[in-house]
Amino acid sequence: MAISEDEVKKVARLARLAVPEERLAAYTQSLSNILNLVDQLSAVDTTGVEPMAHPLDMVQRLREDVVTETDHRAQYQAVAPEVEKGLYLVPKVIE
Amino acid sequence: MEWETVIGLEIHAQLSTNSKIFSGSSTAYGAEANTQANLVDLGMPGVLPVLNKKAVELAIRLGLAIDAEITQRSIFARKNYFYPDSPKGYQISQYELPIVGLGHMDIQLENGETKRIGITRAHLEEDAGKSLHEDFQGQTGIDLNRAGTPLLEIVSEPDMRNAKEAVAYMKKLHALVRYLGVGDGNMQEGSFRCDANVSVRRPGQPFGTRAEIKNLNSFKFIERAINHEVERQIDIIESGGTVVQETRLFDPDRDETRSMRSKEDANDYRYFPDPDLLPVVITPEDIEAVRATMPELPDAKKQRFMSEYALTDYDASLLTQSREVADYFEAVAQGCGDAKLAANWVNGEVSKTLADHDLDITAAPVSSVALVELLQRIQDDTVSNKIAREVFEAMWKGEGSADAVIDQKGLKQITDTSAIEAMIDEIIAKNPGQVAEYRSGKDKLFGFFVGQAMRASKGKANPNTLNDILKQKLEG
Repeated sequence: MAISEDEVKKVARLARLAVPEERLAAYTQSLSNILNLVDQLSAVDTTGVEPMAHPLDMVQRLREDVVTETDHRAQYQAVAPEVEKGLYLVPKVIE
Repeated sequence: MEWETVIGLEIHAQLSTNSKIFSGSSTAYGAEANTQANLVDLGMPGVLPVLNKKAVELAIRLGLAIDAEITQRSIFARKNYFYPDSPKGYQISQYELPIVGLGHMDIQLENGETKRIGITRAHLEEDAGKSLHEDFQGQTGIDLNRAGTPLLEIVSEPDMRNAKEAVAYMKKLHALVRYLGVGDGNMQEGSFRCDANVSVRRPGQPFGTRAEIKNLNSFKFIERAINHEVERQIDIIESGGTVVQETRLFDPDRDETRSMRSKEDANDYRYFPDPDLLPVVITPEDIEAVRATMPELPDAKKQRFMSEYALTDYDASLLTQSREVADYFEAVAQGCGDAKLAANWVNGEVSKTLADHDLDITAAPVSSVALVELLQRIQDDTVSNKIAREVFEAMWKGEGSADAVIDQKGLKQITDTSAIEAMIDEIIAKNPGQVAEYRSGKDKLFGFFVGQAMRASKGKANPNTLNDILKQKLEG
């Protein structure tokens, strides 16, 4: 399956990745190759095979509902670009 | 021409856990900003989520209460979008194979009929943090204390046909969540919030294009928001336009919904199974263990109240709206042995006074034990029902027990017939005109004499004794 340059732009935008115009053709080719490989895999008859949600054949272990964490805000905020009144500051977003 | 409204609700209920869904941070409300956000909640590289057992149990609990299939092997997925209050760049949610499958809940309509609302699914997910847009010199402040708080998103079928049905469904689910202890349902704190999918169509036609109204956090808002959205959509169609599928925000100040920032890619979440989390396996034994701890459900309780205590549908409905009120009522009914009297008081004086003071039954200053003592004084004719209300008011204000208040205020009912007779003789002597009229057939005047006598006794005469004696004397 081939992917178009427009689709590559859209996926890049959704993932917040900058794709320079001159690299667009190369990315499109590489992604198309990957999808072609997936097409080959899809061609295998998997009738009766249970879909796999995870490559490990294990089940999720659960934690007891206990608070184990203490407050380390000062350390975490020491590496943040900007903080004020205990809040992390980011460029303005308005819904 | 006629229009039909179609509504489906997505309700987010915060689960009553001590710690977050994937980390050991506290979920306590109201902490100082970011003091309950650890490395997992901040989305630092290299951390791994570990699922909270209690969150799974609470989801199963809700699933059993709505008669739903519990998925024996459910999986978590990443819902990808960028917003600063979601630090990982994705929300861990469930897409395929949610923990709770198809279920249903019955709601009662205004005409008394019952309607079954389908519940498509309920899935576990993590909440986002909070964005504060004011006071930061053109920047946005982020508090991640709420990030990672466990939510159960409960998705209904598009089965509701007007705003009132939507409210009835939401109220019923709210009561259920609280009954089960699945969540505290605190709407002010955002522990129970609702998105409404609303569309209109001609009856019998396929569904129209829907708009999603976000973040409705009160029963009043949801009704108003839906009604305004329906009007808006009908106006558009009737003036030749078409409804656009979009997300809208309800503005309670202006009483209207408005389009949120145009988000062309908003619904392109590119879900995929989260490789950090393995499939969650729930065995039939796990399900039975949860079932064994289930409390009596509201509908079952209501039926029992009607059969066991011979209450009306109306009384039983009111009394079972919350587990705390139901427990209070049962304690009073068993204490005084008269369920009807108990129901009248709990649904009457008690709930009215609670509403006046904006209190919950758990904060009522008159306990069920104290109320039983008062009702016993009605039953043994120490006070009339009317005087009892006065006693109740004093008890509410903390002036003492029923007996203490009756004593202090001298409210004991006069049952001594000679005292009542003397009082009536006096009234008859003072009102010869009315007596003559009554005797010449003006029966309605009986009420006048009852009123006079009650006033003379300051309401303390036993009404039955008073009526009997008065009748005798007037026939005289």
